[in-house]
Parts: sequence; C-alpha cells; structure tokens
Amino acid sequence: MSRRVALEASHAVAEAARMADVDVISAYPITPQTHIPERLAEMVADGELNAAYVPVESEHSAMSACLGASAIGARTFTATAGPGLEYMHNVLYVASAMRFPVIMAVANRALSAPISIWGDHSDVMAVRDTGWIQVFCQNSQEAFDMTIWAFRVGEDRSVLFPVMVHLDGFTLSHVVEPMFLPGQADVDRFLPRFQYPYSLDPDRPMTHGALGPPDIYSEAKLAQEMALQESRSVILAAWDEFASIFGRNYRPVEEYRTEGAETLLLTMGSYTETAKIVIDERRDKGEAVGLISLRLWRPFPFEEFRQTVSGARLLIVFDRCISFGMGGPVFSEVRSALYDQDKRPKVVGFVGGLGGRDVPEKEFGYMIDRGREVAEKGSDRMIETVGIR
Amino acid sequence: MKRQETEVKAVKFGDSHVTTKEFLAPGHNFCTGCGESLAIRMALKALGENVILANATGCAEVCTTPLPYTSWRIPWIHTLFENVGAVISGVEAGLKISVQKGRLEDRGIKCVAMGGDGATSDIGLQALSGAFERGHDFLYICLDNEAYMNTGIQRSSATPYGAATTTAPAGKLSIGQITRKKNMPAIAAAHDIPYVATASPSYRFDLMKKIRKGAEIKGPAYVHILVPCPTGWRHGGDVTIEIGQLAVQTGIFPLYEIEHGRYRLNADPPKRKPVREYLKLQGRYRHLTDENIETVQAMVDADYARLKEKVEAFPA
Repeated sequence: MSRRVALEASHAVAEAARMADVDVISAYPITPQTHIPERLAEMVADGELNAAYVPVESEHSAMSACLGASAIGARTFTATAGPGLEYMHNVLYVASAMRFPVIMAVANRALSAPISIWGDHSDVMAVRDTGWIQVFCQNSQEAFDMTIWAFRVGEDRSVLFPVMVHLDGFTLSHVVEPMFLPGQADVDRFLPRFQYPYSLDPDRPMTHGALGPPDIYSEAKLAQEMALQESRSVILAAWDEFASIFGRNYRPVEEYRTEGAETLLLTMGSYTETAKIVIDERRDKGEAVGLISLRLWRPFPFEEFRQTVSGARLLIVFDRCISFGMGGPVFSEVRSALYDQDKRPKVVGFVGGLGGRDVPEKEFGYMIDRGREVAEKGSDRMIETVGIR
Repeated sequence: MKRQETEVKAVKFGDSHVTTKEFLAPGHNFCTGCGESLAIRMALKALGENVILANATGCAEVCTTPLPYTSWRIPWIHTLFENVGAVISGVEAGLKISVQKGRLEDRGIKCVAMGGDGATSDIGLQALSGAFERGHDFLYICLDNEAYMNTGIQRSSATPYGAATTTAPAGKLSIGQITRKKNMPAIAAAHDIPYVATASPSYRFDLMKKIRKGAEIKGPAYVHILVPCPTGWRHGGDVTIEIGQLAVQTGIFPLYEIEHGRYRLNADPPKRKPVREYLKLQGRYRHLTDENIETVQAMVDADYARLKEKVEAFPA
C-alpha cells in the first residue's frame, strides 16, 4: 500500500535505505549531503532502523568501511558530495573491481577551488571511469525509487557492482516534494535479502584483493568491463520489475515530447524538469523540439541513446561541468557515441549551471536558439556557455 | 566447501602451547631472514583460525598474494595502503550487526588489521585513529621495519635517527635520518584504548601472548612489533633473531604493555647493552661516527628512563 507524502529528496533517500533494511551505514558529513546521514542516524537512534551507523573520520574511511562491511555480506550504504566524492576516489575503483555492491547517494556538488558548496556535475564527471553503475534522479520520487532499485541491481548475483545514485545538490537534495512511499511488503517483494557469495568467513577462507601481476591484470580488468557491460540486462529487467510492482516506469534514456522532434535538448538530473517547461512552450508555438535525459550514465546506454536521437537533426547537450582543456564531458561522450552512425544529428554543447548558478527557463530557450545558430553557421568560440558573464 | 577439520596438535614450550598448524602457507616471496614473515607466522598461530584479517598494502600483501596464488589460510582482505583501520571497522561493524539481526551466528570471530610502519604511522594514521576512537573491537598489528621497504627502503616517520634510507641517505652533509622515530605505541595509548604492547619475533612466546591478549580483550588493541629487515637494514639473514634480541637488550626497543593505562615492562635488563652492539650489525648505520653513536645512546637512555618513569607512576 503506497501513501502520498511530502518528503525532502534527501529524506526520501534515507527512507529508501531504511526500507531496504540496510545493515551498515558509514558516512562523513559534507554539504549538501548531510540531511541523508543525519536522517539515517536519527532513525538508528530512534530504533526505526536496526543498522550499524559508523561515524567515520573522513569520506576515504566512509568508503573503506563500506568495503569491509560489504565483504562480510552486510547491506551497505553511504552518501557524499563533491570534494568528499573526490577524497574517496581511490577507494571507488576498489569497490567496483572487488565487486562490492556498496550503494551511495551523491548530492552533486562543485569542486574546489574556489570552494563552493553548491551544485554542479564536476564531482560525477570526475568519477565516471571508476566502474560504478551510475544513475541520475530528477525529483524526490526518483531519489527514493532509484535508491531501492540500486540495491536490487547492485546486489544481483550476476552484477555485484556498486551503484551511485546522483541527485543535484540543493536544487534536488534540499527540496520537499510530494511523492508516493510504497508499503514495506512491496519493497520486500522487489528487494530480496543480500546474499554475498564471497563473504569473509573462517569456515571458507578466501583471499580478497590479491596482487595482480602483469600476466593477469589485463584479463582482470577486461573481465570487469565485460561484467559491467553485461549488467545492462539486469538494469533493464529490474526497472521492468519495478514498474510492475510500483507502477512507475524508468528507462536508461528518458524522453519528453520527442515525437517528430528535429531538435533535441539533452539534460541530466533535476534541471530536466525546468527544461520540460521550455519544451512545452516551444511545442505550443509549433516548434519540433523535444527533450531527452540520460538516467543511466554508466554503463553508457549506447543502444537506447542512438535510437532515441536517430530521427533528430540537432542535439543540444547541457553540461554542468568543464572537462578542462576539452569542454563539456557529456557533450564529448555523446558526440563520440554517435560518430559511427550513418544517420546522426549535429551535436552542439553548452556549459553552465556551475557551482550552484541557477539556470532558469529562459536559458534553456537560449540554448535551443543559439544551438540552432551554431549548427547552421558554426561558432568561433572555444566553448559555448549559458548564463556565464 | 567447509575447511577440512584436522587434528590440532599442541607443542609444549615452557608453560605455553603453540599449534603446529600453519596459517601462512609456505611458497611466499618474503626475503630470506625476513623478521616480518616470522612475526606474521607467530601471530597467526596465536590467533588461530576463527579470525578475519585485513591487511594494508605492503610487503606482507605483495609477498603473499601474487594472483592466482595465496599464502593465507584464513579469510583475508586487502584493499589499499592507507585505509586498513577503516576496512576493519566495516568488517567489525558488519559482523556485529549481522549477528544482532540474526543473519550470522555468533562465533566470536576476531577482527584483526595489519600494516607496516608506513601504513600505520604515516598514510594510514588517520583511519587507524578513527577506528581506535570509535572503539571497534579489533586488534591492530603494526609490523615495523622502520622504512618503506616494499617500495625500496624509503624513510618513514618510524625510521630511527641516524639510519640511512634511499630518501634520507647518508652523505657528506647528512647522517641520514635526522628526526626521531615517531612513538606510535604512545599515540595508540593516547586514544585510551584498553591494550597497547610492543613485541619482537625474537621473543616469540611474549609476542604470541600479546597477540592473543590483544585479540581477546574487548575493544581496540594495538601491538607494535619491531621486525628486522635484512634487505633494508643491511644485515645478514642469519642474524635477524640476534638483532631483534639486541634491540630489546640495548633498550632501543623495549618490550612493554599498557593495559587499561597501566604499564608493565616485560624485560628490564639489569644492565642494558650499549646500543653500539645493535647498530654495528646493520649496514644502515655503517656511516655513524662515535659521536653520532653517543647521540643515539643518549636518546635511548632518555627514552628508556621516560618509559621507566611511566612504569613506576602507573604500574600494572
């Protein structure tokens, strides 16, 4: 039985971890992630959640403790943001390579310097190659749904990968929204108990994290890549199952009014909802514009993405990060994903919304107009920006 | 696949019993005469098989686990260099809550973390301090060979005054290490944890007794073992035990315990040997002048006197 509630997205994530009956939470405070571990600590203190809350002394230790807990077969959760995600960078690679299904919410935040506690996607992009499954959320409902789903996918016997659930710092993490909270029975039906097949156990001594000499390292890494690519089928099946139980459908590439669209705008995360307003306005004026949003960031949804954009003439990509010396990272990736396609749109990238800079509706309008101009006449700018003086 | 039960035989030495089982399999890549491998072998015998061991990056991990081989006959995990204190925190917290939730049966599994002097007193100090402060029930074993031996004998904060290493070499203008060895047992003790001890593989029953005590005591425990390294200290593999004995007999590495804040010196030679006898067996001190050795002797005397003051002030 689901009920309609108003929840801050951070609390929705905490609620999802509670309903998943998580065993170990290990987290370190960093704005704008704090409301997630605070709420979980409160639940543990009030006896609403029977879990070990490990108040570690750094993000590096937060993730390291998650590895240890996961290795004995405990369901494990953490949350971080921006510089905290970077501080645990080294450990992120270990989590995926050693196949520990740690689930982590990231309240996306800018990176220093100058120090900024506000949101953008610099933190995500810096960890895109760490081997984690990564998804983006647009609202509180999705923050809850993706967290539950993350446990289901990451802990699947044929997946065993850690999963990052991205929610934009402040613009999503701190926003109270109406949402449906499912009943515990439905969550239990969707999410079976974690059965880690390789747990540290004196009855079956196993060596975890051995040295990889050159004659074996390459094969180990290729095996990891193959396993991550193959996780797609479970990712999709779990969303199908989610839809059948909870009635909400999720796809790797979400579409909004894309039918017959000649121009497509691509966003990730919470700004997708702002962009929808602009798409509605433009559609009302008779413009053939649509919106797509990358929900699944890793493994990259090549097939779904190519199919979704194949009919468009122009794809406009909005990046909330600069890959220094290169431009927008999402722009680079999607353009590369289209290179071998016979039928492909032109791709124009914009960078904006850095360090919490607001991107109001009119800026999405600007991206559509300027994007068309650049596609037609080209541009002599190094990088196209939006909302930056 | 349950481990095959074999009969546990005990050999009697004095009033101690030591299992004949080996938990560190032969065929590893430790150097000949390695003090660290001896210490690990003894520690594992003292711990028995109901244990989970987390290892920091270092000689111990590199020498025992070249894929697809492993020397470990107990559950063992290695992730990174700097985080073993946090990894064992997660193992311990996970075990405890799993037992509490009825998902695992309570078998009294001991949680043990192990790292070299670099992993302990330099790069991993923060993670270890956090684990001590949070009060996890675990034993930490520091295998101190007084430099980054695995990467090629670079100085660490545990390298003693006057020792030559590759990043603090002795030269025309330098005697090598010019700083004093970081007092890691004192740092551990400053966390007010229930048990801190120093040990040496040259005193094997003392070492095993301390490992067992550290594992059995509730809460965090720290055992700091000085492990001679023939490769890094530049001595023959045949004098490892002798050097370990001299470290204790000269007082440069006294054996002591701090149990709930109470000090006990385990060996207090009536007349300590001159530190020169310890230094002269090791190539890393070859360059020291008589004057330098006097400086080292004065440091050892002062440190030893300070330790004895604590033993007298807070006796066990």
